[in-house]
Amino acid sequence: MADLKPTVPLAGLNEAIGRARLAALDPGRVTSVAPWPGRNVDAALAPLGLHFPPPGTVIAAQGARIAWAGRQLAFLIGAEPPAALAGVAALTDQSDGWVWVHLSGADASAVLARLTPLDLRPSAFAVGTVARTVINHMQALILRGAEDGFEIAVFASMAGTLHHELTEAMRLVAARARI
Amino acid sequence: MRIPCPCCGSRDRREFTYYGAAVFLDRPAPDAGLEAWDGYLHLRDNPAGVTRDLWYHDPCAAWIEVERDTLTHRILSTHLVEDAAAALRAARPEAQP
Ligand SMILES: [Zn+2]
Repeated sequence: MADLKPTVPLAGLNEAIGRARLAALDPGRVTSVAPWPGRNVDAALAPLGLHFPPPGTVIAAQGARIAWAGRQLAFLIGAEPPAALAGVAALTDQSDGWVWVHLSGADASAVLARLTPLDLRPSAFAVGTVARTVINHMQALILRGAEDGFEIAVFASMAGTLHHELTEAMRLVAARARI
Repeated sequence: MRIPCPCCGSRDRREFTYYGAAVFLDRPAPDAGLEAWDGYLHLRDNPAGVTRDLWYHDPCAAWIEVERDTLTHRILSTHLVEDAAAALRAARPEAQP
């Protein structure tokens, strides 16, 4: 049996272009939580200080987070799922399934606006909330940690495309600023 | 065009995939006869005005029934197909699969 070494896509990435910075992000253990039909998962999440998030919501407690990630779906981030959760929800380890980056800086919104149809004004996409949307043709999950700070996740197989799209948009926004 | 997703709020049309007329939800009974099944599978209205159709919001994986006006592109209402299907099942218990 070959001894395979795990590798992390985009590990070590830390690239500043103009007024935007793109950095690798390790969110820790990520588990998708899809409640079985009619089941309530709040009691099972209570030991973590969390409950199932309504659409667009991120709940944080004791270093762990749970972010809404689609219809009747949430991502538990930075914590092992409590054992009781397995009885009330379908759980899938997504730690290797998605790649995460952090986009920040004064032009972070301007960069993202070139790639997603999402309304990025803070009045429509508030700090501390999450959105499922697309980045060009890639399905994406975007958490807004600050007005100029975004955690962006796409399928890990698209890490190279995500990096290319984002750095290209960063270059274009920076070039525009120089005119 | 923007479509309000019941989960995500108002979103750009690029995030959605069109499926077809909402009559797909109203499946005839297995013994409804050839004419009913022919109509269900093949015959569609093409209204100048209010129409109901099914859209998929790709990012959040929700099937949505959209009522809209083909003359003005105005969206009149949207709701989850899950809810529409539950209402249909309640109205026609004999059509349960
Ligand atoms: Zn949606």
